Amino acid sequence: MTDSASTPSKAKPRNTKRRNLIQRLGYAGLILAAIITVTPIILIVVYIYSRGLPAISLEFLTAMPKDGMRAGGIFPAIVGTFWLTIGTGVIAVPLGVGAAIYLSEYAPDNRWTRTIRIAIINLAGIPSVVYGLFGLGLFVLFLHFGTSILAGSLTLAIMTIPVIISTSEEALRAVPNSFRVVSISVGGTRWQTIRRVVLPQALPGILTGVILGLERAAGETAPILFTVAAFFLPRLPSSIFDATMALPYHLFVISTQVPGMPVKIQYGTAVVLLTFVLGMNSVATVIRSRARARRQW
Amino acid sequence: MQSRNWKEFLITRMIKVSGYSAIIFVVMIFIFLLREGSATIIEVPLKTLFSTRWYPIEGYFGILPLICGSIIVTIGATLIAVPLGVCCAIFIAEIAPRWVREILKPLVELLAGLPSVMLGFLGILVIAPAVRQILNVPTGLTAFTGAILLAGMAIPTIVSVAEDSLDSVPRTYRDAALAMGATKWQTIWRVTLPAARSGVLTAVMLGVGRAIGETMTVMMVTGNAPVMPTGLGSLFRPVRTMTATIAAEMGEVANGSVHYHTLFFIGIVLFVISLLINLVAARIVFRQQKRAERILS
Amino acid sequence: MVSAKETPTLVNNGIEPKPKILIENLTVRYSDGTESLRQINLAIPENAITVLFGPAGGGKSTLLRTINRLNDLADVVELSGHLYLDGRDVLAKDRDVIALRRNIGMVFARPVVLPMSIRQNLTYALELAGVRDSERLNQAVEESLKAAALWQEVEDRLDEPAVRLSGGQQQRLCIARALVLKPEVILLDEPTSGLDPISTGKVESSLQVLKEDYTIVLVPHSVQQAARVADYAAFMLDGRLVEYAEGKLLFTNPKDQRTEDYVEGRFG
Repeated sequence: MTDSASTPSKAKPRNTKRRNLIQRLGYAGLILAAIITVTPIILIVVYIYSRGLPAISLEFLTAMPKDGMRAGGIFPAIVGTFWLTIGTGVIAVPLGVGAAIYLSEYAPDNRWTRTIRIAIINLAGIPSVVYGLFGLGLFVLFLHFGTSILAGSLTLAIMTIPVIISTSEEALRAVPNSFRVVSISVGGTRWQTIRRVVLPQALPGILTGVILGLERAAGETAPILFTVAAFFLPRLPSSIFDATMALPYHLFVISTQVPGMPVKIQYGTAVVLLTFVLGMNSVATVIRSRARARRQW
Repeated sequence: MQSRNWKEFLITRMIKVSGYSAIIFVVMIFIFLLREGSATIIEVPLKTLFSTRWYPIEGYFGILPLICGSIIVTIGATLIAVPLGVCCAIFIAEIAPRWVREILKPLVELLAGLPSVMLGFLGILVIAPAVRQILNVPTGLTAFTGAILLAGMAIPTIVSVAEDSLDSVPRTYRDAALAMGATKWQTIWRVTLPAARSGVLTAVMLGVGRAIGETMTVMMVTGNAPVMPTGLGSLFRPVRTMTATIAAEMGEVANGSVHYHTLFFIGIVLFVISLLINLVAARIVFRQQKRAERILS
Repeated sequence: MVSAKETPTLVNNGIEPKPKILIENLTVRYSDGTESLRQINLAIPENAITVLFGPAGGGKSTLLRTINRLNDLADVVELSGHLYLDGRDVLAKDRDVIALRRNIGMVFARPVVLPMSIRQNLTYALELAGVRDSERLNQAVEESLKAAALWQEVEDRLDEPAVRLSGGQQQRLCIARALVLKPEVILLDEPTSGLDPISTGKVESSLQVLKEDYTIVLVPHSVQQAARVADYAAFMLDGRLVEYAEGKLLFTNPKDQRTEDYVEGRFG
């Protein structure tokens, strides 16, 4: 009867051994999955930079394309993307953040609100080329804006709004409710509370979402195919009614449509695009981590 | 005091309008797609529309090969992306130490930010030749190549949504399981993952939605041959997706022609598909939430 | 049941205190059925500490939040009766709620400091009310911090983030914030529930000083605290007012058996 008290703790029963083995194998499998997923990302970055950096020069970045884009620079594409991004931001940010504020601070819990949420989920899922069709149908043709920065920006903006709404709403909801209650209890109105307490605290999160949303918009090709992108336009756009070149479209064209295109230039364009993406991501990450460190709640 | 009330009233109104704008956009998109695409029903007899030959120049507008092309590429991408993505998410959320997480998450976010045209670019220059050599097929531009790249685009979506969902499983669930003597592995598979089931499912559906809706990548690497895929071997032959068709052919159609209308019709099909996927995903999330509320209250 | 017309008499100088707040047949119901109020009749005297105590779920917080209409934020399905502050019904539809809330200061159970500096926590309410003059602001900051017995500890670091203060200091900051608009009524909902005994003592003695200028309604976090500070005490159970009398009388000689059971600790 002394057996139960003297159960040896050194010898593991077979069950535990098997359980541990399963766990080890399982962990190995998961680690493998992570490695398989992540290694290509690093490889992509290294590969593009190693092939493309040689093509980067001041001339490449600031000159107009020549010889059917086989030589010269990509300046108009850079400028075009720049203007498109700003145009998208000007439209998408107020609408997106406004909608997020509505959903987080004002919206009652009823069927209309649920409909709005479903609409947002749907907007987020619509294929980018369908946005291109829509932009073509409404902005280019019906409203007669033509192939223009205006049409392109409007199309990209509607595509970006759902992204901004969801990240902004998350940032707003993360602000503790107790702040709102305190503000109301000292006689603040709802908007005063939002403007003075909630919004400033949610700002880093909102900013991160905006940056990532605009980054995606800047990299999209399908929505701008029929709404703004120009094939070979060696001059800068002079108004929002002009068509323009754009970086992602440019990369697409020179890698598929131009015979005899020097590979170096293709990689060079890819480098510019990749640097842009890396840059935006880094800015977003920095904002996020600084905000986390400075948070007062 | 009066002026402040006015200003506040105006701002609140604008916020409310922004909130409802999402519904307006969805409706607008649907209307304009319908406007340009509904003529197809009249112009193209249904038998032709759903036939297996897509050859617009000679008047064949069968969209089945395009639908099947999209399906086969999406299935391929899903088979690759879901295991990798979910396992990666589990790894990041449950097992990875803090410093690994700090490296992995930005990397996955970087993958999410890569423009589709850049992945297509790499597909043409790197992946397609590799596929051709390794698998000994006549051309590297196949459905399989497209599936690989689409998986690359879907994985970040799956990882981030699934990881969020796993993260938000209450600590108490895990603690309870461990306290009962389960290993960490058992806890993950029997407690945490089932608890996050709806979020992971949503992640997968969003990933699938992303894959179906992708345009540029598939346009650049799947070969653009609108033939009906027959049997497993067709995975390694060129196909064409609905999205690529629109993007490739829209630039060359005459405004108002049958071809033009049919392309818009394909856009409607894509819109409806993404609508269905999103509605199902939303239904899953809502239903799970209600159940969780009942259990936890 | 105590009728609203019966106000307890101050034994010492035989003066009948006027009710600052008169509650008549107040009924409040939430959509989920928790913490409602049923037919409350209560007169709260001016310049005294009135304590609402009782077991959890009795409706004490609800009553407090009805006084400054903070209940408007919650999911209320039924609201009937009257709540008169200085003779005017707080619950009237056309009542200026913003002005009402500026006239009533509230302190919550957990110290909630806004994510700003100490000074800004106090000037927040003033700026919302439209006060811009920096002299007035600074003066109000100093006065309210002194009234909350916090001035000496923070006077040289007013621009530091308020989160850096200790729990007890934060709660006294919240009291100062409740005072900064010079309200007439102060509502406190378990203000010392997370605090150590020393901080609790500081808060309780501040209240004794403050009651000379303010009408104080307090939900205590223990019966002992209620007995320590109450000038008048109301025992609430399941949303009803069971007994209401002067503090000294209620705790030493409760009339209702339920009150006695709770005070003696037989349930709770």
